[in-house]
Amino acid sequence: MKDSKKLILTRREMIVGTATAVTVSLGAGTIEKVESLTINSADIVPSATINFNVNGKAQQLNLDTRTTLLDSLREHLQLTGTKKGCDHGQCGACTVLVNGRRINSCLSLALQHEGDNIVTIEGLGTPDKLHPMQAAFVKHDGYQCGYCTPGQICSAVAVLQEIKAGIPSHVSEDLTLQPEFSNMEVRERMSGNICRCGAYSNIAEAMAEVNSHLS
Amino acid sequence: MKSFTYERVHTPAEAAAAAARMPGSKFLAGGTNLLDLMKLQIETPVHLIDIGKLELNKIEHTLTGGLRIGALLSNTDLAADLSVRRDYQILARALLAGASGQLRNKATTAGNLLQRTRCPYFYDTNQPCNKRVPGSGCAAITGFSRQLAVIGSSNACIATHPSDMAVAMMALDAVIETINPKGKVRLIPIADFYRLPGKTPHIETVLEKNELITSVVLPPPSGGMHFYHKVRDRSSYAFALVSVGAILHKDGSGQIAVGGVAAKPWRNKSIEKVVPLGAKAFTEKLFAKARPTQENAFKIQLVERALEGILKEGRS
Ligand SMILES: Cc1cc2nc3c(=O)[nH]c(=O)nc-3n(C[C@H](O)[C@H](O)[C@H](O)COP(=O)(O)OP(=O)(O)OC[C@H]3O[C@@H](n4cnc5c(N)ncnc54)[C@H](O)[C@@H]3O)c2cc1C
Ligand code: SF4
Ligand code: FES
Ligand code: FES
Repeated sequence: MKDSKKLILTRREMIVGTATAVTVSLGAGTIEKVESLTINSADIVPSATINFNVNGKAQQLNLDTRTTLLDSLREHLQLTGTKKGCDHGQCGACTVLVNGRRINSCLSLALQHEGDNIVTIEGLGTPDKLHPMQAAFVKHDGYQCGYCTPGQICSAVAVLQEIKAGIPSHVSEDLTLQPEFSNMEVRERMSGNICRCGAYSNIAEAMAEVNSHLS
Repeated sequence: MKSFTYERVHTPAEAAAAAARMPGSKFLAGGTNLLDLMKLQIETPVHLIDIGKLELNKIEHTLTGGLRIGALLSNTDLAADLSVRRDYQILARALLAGASGQLRNKATTAGNLLQRTRCPYFYDTNQPCNKRVPGSGCAAITGFSRQLAVIGSSNACIATHPSDMAVAMMALDAVIETINPKGKVRLIPIADFYRLPGKTPHIETVLEKNELITSVVLPPPSGGMHFYHKVRDRSSYAFALVSVGAILHKDGSGQIAVGGVAAKPWRNKSIEKVVPLGAKAFTEKLFAKARPTQENAFKIQLVERALEGILKEGRS
């Protein structure tokens, strides 16, 4: 591998360069490993510590820097409610709420979330005490196989908040007015959540019911 | 994904300096494009500089009456800003036509400008692609080119730029503000920002290595009626086949930029005086030097029809 030398050098520089930085923690063991390393760059697995709050609980994890928020939730915190569909931002199955906003957790590194408040489907409600949106999905048959459902529910909760907060959408006719809940708005705003079972119309009904209780 | 080291920076100067110190590093903003490409090993940075917590997430009014948009502001917040919704509707419309609610919450101004092409062969690492591996060839030119460029392309690359927001920024004459590792600030008009592929399709903008975008500045509101028409294979959560961003003025003139047709949002200010002659005359002039493939020649007609619709709406 002709660029392994360059790689080692840059890693050393990195370690020197961040010796005083608080946010990057590379263990001494890693440094030794880098120095004794001759060929295989795959042997170096930089890791770092992340502190965030998940479903109301403070968490500290030491992770391979490559770990996505999605994998940190599923593989490290055993919160497997959040699903991995495409892993490329194309399906919405991995939708979670970060500081109140929905994002695709597959396209975010866990390390990007230092200090953030994360809510997953497990944090919205429990089997004994369902979140109103969860209850409405059950009532309106908002799913068949259920794979997309945790993402749909997190997204649906956020959509109602977004409309309330006055965030416009592609189908909002007058951008200067407060957007209003409608079936068209729901369809546009929920387009980032794909459902292979085609539960869309029932999801829209569940959302309409929750919305009617809100207003 | 290849492994990488990671650091978080707190000021723009620190970010640019970190990039200069670490060859092979990349800035990480929202990550919605970079991480996607890293998973496929299309991008393989050895070090990520997380700029996500920089305080470049605000919108300020400039002294001349324009807007300064922070590089790290989310696409959602930009589209929801009241000044943008009132005075720069073309921008709000373009943003809201792009991606999904989840992605817009994470995507940033600078990241959106710098997102890379959606050419299917760029994504398929088994195929030759001059943009991904310079000198390897271009699978698209002899392949499926329906989604690709009709103008400004070269024998090395026929990819398009996928951003909706950038089309609006082009019509608005936005200026991109940057800082380099030496602390030097540079202002780049968007018309000069993107490069056409020529023989080096992997070099997409005039940004220097390690140069950080700090903000995008809009001139004072130009008034007029604002439109952004996006034509795509499904009506939401899909990239444009073509899009037309237009600001139409009372005197019949217009500011018109077209997306989905080239490696950058396509605009030709010198022909905007023929807007009153209608969509056909304008489109013919705009695409006089087009070199479409058999599969994507339809895009020119699509632009004409989208513009026709806009002009009709503008008259009514
Ligand atoms: C499924 C899907 C659908 C999409 N649909 C659309 C669509 O319809 N229309 C559309 O326009 N977009 C669409 N997008 C793309 C989306 O808009 C971009 O991914 C997003 O805007 C990128 O912003 P980011 O902040 O996440 O960038 P990042 O991924 O963080 O960065 C992108 C690039 O910009 C560089 N960079 C970031 N900030 C700076 C800075 N301040 N200075 C210098 N360099 C910087 C990074 O190093 C990287 O190379 C879609 C994306 C997905 C995944
Ligand atoms: S068109 Fe450009 S991006 Fe697509 S395969 Fe050819 S060189 Fe690569
Ligand atoms: S798994 Fe994240 S969008 Fe599909
Ligand atoms: S319920 Fe099966 S994918 Fe949506």
